[in-house]
Amino acid sequence: MTRKTSQIFIPILSILTALFVSSLIIIIVGRDPVMIFQKMFHATIGSAYGTGQVIFRMTTLILVGLAVALPFQVKLFNIGAEGQLQMGTFAAALTGAVLPASLPAIPAITLCILSAMGAGACWGLLAGILKVRFGVNEVIATIMLNFIAQGITGYLLTYHFAMPSTVHTQPIINAATIPAISSITGLFAKSPANLSALFSPCVALLFWVILFKSRFGYEMRATGLQPDAAKYGGINTGLHTLAAMSIGGAAAGFGAANIMLGYKHYYEAGMTGGIGFTGIAVALLAGAHPLWILLSAFFFGILEYGGLTVNAYIPKDIFMVIEAITILLVIAFSALGKRL
Amino acid sequence: MGVAVRVSGISKRFGNFSANSNISLSIEEGTIHALVGENGAGKSTLTKIIYGMVQPSAGEVFIKGKPVHFTSPRNAINAGIGMVHQHFMLVPNLSVAENVMLGNEQARLFQRLPRKSIKARIQKHAQDFGLTLDPDAIVENLSVGEEQRVEILKLLFRNADIMIFDEPTAVLTPSEIEQLFATLRSLRDKGKTIILITHKLDEVLTVADTISVMRKGEIIGTLPALSITKPELAKMMVGRSVLLRVTNPMATPGNTLLNINNLGFRSSKGEEKLHKLSFNIKAGEIYGIAGVEGNGQSELLQALYGLTQSGSVISGEATLKGDSLIGKNPDEITHMGVSLTPEDRLRHAVIVDYTVSENLIFGRHRERSFHRGIGFDNQILNRYAEAMISEYDIKCSAPASQLLSSLSGGNQQKIVLARELNRPNISLLILAQPTRGVDIGAIETIHNKIIEARMKGIAILLISSELEEIIALSTRIGCLYKGSLRHEFSQEEVDLKRNSEYEFKKEIGLYIT
Repeated sequence: MTRKTSQIFIPILSILTALFVSSLIIIIVGRDPVMIFQKMFHATIGSAYGTGQVIFRMTTLILVGLAVALPFQVKLFNIGAEGQLQMGTFAAALTGAVLPASLPAIPAITLCILSAMGAGACWGLLAGILKVRFGVNEVIATIMLNFIAQGITGYLLTYHFAMPSTVHTQPIINAATIPAISSITGLFAKSPANLSALFSPCVALLFWVILFKSRFGYEMRATGLQPDAAKYGGINTGLHTLAAMSIGGAAAGFGAANIMLGYKHYYEAGMTGGIGFTGIAVALLAGAHPLWILLSAFFFGILEYGGLTVNAYIPKDIFMVIEAITILLVIAFSALGKRL
Repeated sequence: MGVAVRVSGISKRFGNFSANSNISLSIEEGTIHALVGENGAGKSTLTKIIYGMVQPSAGEVFIKGKPVHFTSPRNAINAGIGMVHQHFMLVPNLSVAENVMLGNEQARLFQRLPRKSIKARIQKHAQDFGLTLDPDAIVENLSVGEEQRVEILKLLFRNADIMIFDEPTAVLTPSEIEQLFATLRSLRDKGKTIILITHKLDEVLTVADTISVMRKGEIIGTLPALSITKPELAKMMVGRSVLLRVTNPMATPGNTLLNINNLGFRSSKGEEKLHKLSFNIKAGEIYGIAGVEGNGQSELLQALYGLTQSGSVISGEATLKGDSLIGKNPDEITHMGVSLTPEDRLRHAVIVDYTVSENLIFGRHRERSFHRGIGFDNQILNRYAEAMISEYDIKCSAPASQLLSSLSGGNQQKIVLARELNRPNISLLILAQPTRGVDIGAIETIHNKIIEARMKGIAILLISSELEEIIALSTRIGCLYKGSLRHEFSQEEVDLKRNSEYEFKKEIGLYIT
């Protein structure tokens, strides 16, 4: 089996095996897996509203997936997409709330997104600096930074920015909101899918160009593949570590456009809901390739929303099991593939 | 004496590739039998079949006349076969004695280990075979040569009669090689059968009794070592006449380009690696640094190429045309006209998961002529790759899509050389181990290209642990010992002594050990 075919074959085999195992679990729970998957299909991509929900989830998943994938190409494991998304969302919500109400839509949205990306990038960069300057393992750094992000946003929200007797910030100005797709085209019936769904594939494409078509990406991948050789080649490997972490953080921060500017319109406690961690799974299933992430995010989008729709029949936790088994299988099969 | 190992009709295929095809060979008991051949000739596969690590696609193996079907090395070990691998299989934080008994403890699970008797046996073997070792020494404190002796002891403990050595001299110093050969001879004299895999012709002719030459998965011939000369052996290996020594026309050095004055290097651990090192290199000459590895070669390279680790201290000066090289980073240094082929190719010179084309520009990817937009100009890249492939005789059909890892070591090294020798405006070329792991056929091409570069007026610093290479190429030779030059041979001396290589090697050897 060549490298190319195994790259496609392994994720598919992993998904199929995971679905088979989860079917067994469903049977043990006493339900009919065919019925469950059918219901799930109808409630997700089988209906206009469900499709919108899947697109909404997929949009964030692509961005947090990219936030994990880019550092992964430099052999850095970014566990911090959740914290980076949280900081980004919070920063965008504050920016959106203090902007003058008379500001037109384009500059308002741009400013909010830039502040989200900036906050996410800083949060990623911090882990990068800890790694390059002090040799702190980036896994530990990003996990700790997730806690810190949660603490900071929680404190600032509760004590300074929450509107009286609520757990959310003041809503952003109208001009900074990104319109829902349904309000413009009537598609996806009232689902939270919004125009930022168009941005995230563009970001994925941009990441692909940066990584595989640019000189910057050539240096960056070399840094990941063989850091000692990269130094001989005159490449500033520390710089690429910092760049990968901050660009990844910026991508995660960009997720604020979807969940905040496009949907909630304010920041509230727990609104990221661990989607940053699912980003790790998205990136791993896609082999950290920016374009495969589109498909991988679609799959996880279906599982994330589909789990909710069949919650009446089986606990949605089963879908977390499917996600986890898929990732374990991808890793196991890849290791096996290398030995063959 | 009987036949220790006989294989008949052995074939081994990996996919479409035939590693061994229809090999028949008899190895006499109590002899040193060498298997020689270029990389990929099938020597390793054949020995792995004998050792049970690989199962043949066809054919039979007989040990002492009995047919055997090994499915794992465990079977081979039980049949009295042992192997010393190129990379040693030792536990670094255990003692010599503990390593020797590992897996063969001669005690039950909760029984006391028979340390005393094992130590006594180690001492006895040490006397018999010249394997001097302290049984209580911790393995991680041993030299490479001593580690190898531990491996040999392990085989003796398992009562191996047939011992396979895979490239045993690759990691040894000249004096350790002498000692190993003495050990091999005494093992043979005690009736052991030695199978030696190597590609170094001198060594084969020195130590082996019988030589089998392999090429492209077949045995080309098996003959007594006394009946063959080095050029004949080389010809059998490569399949054509090979120039073992490149023609080295008289050099006419110009102005001094590189000037190294009192260079010192203290490592981050505080060890003094270079001490008052001084020499210079003129335009159009090759300055060879002879020396046993670990005498400061790596540190000299790091100092000259801006790759020192934090914590190490450099003193003294190194200037190229008057500009200091110290304290600059590799990018700035290459811009000053310096080009380098590192000692450790896989770790430093190439990215094995990149394509051949991508590797041909690695380190030179900042040169504007390769650029287009934010990426590279594929057309220019392809044309450049094609030119390099034909000029350096690199075996590669699709440079834009073939990964570097699919190429042999020799071809990888040619890529590094093609890339570095063709940098625009080089005035100093630093070559560290330019032919390590390279087949003799490819060495010829590489040596010719180095001489060609010298003729263009480039100053060349050649660092090599192969004395033959130093003698063949150098204009002047400096003998490096413990971080400083112990002796320098002038151009006249080198030109004169080159013709009596054996004596010259011995003379250099005195200055580097």
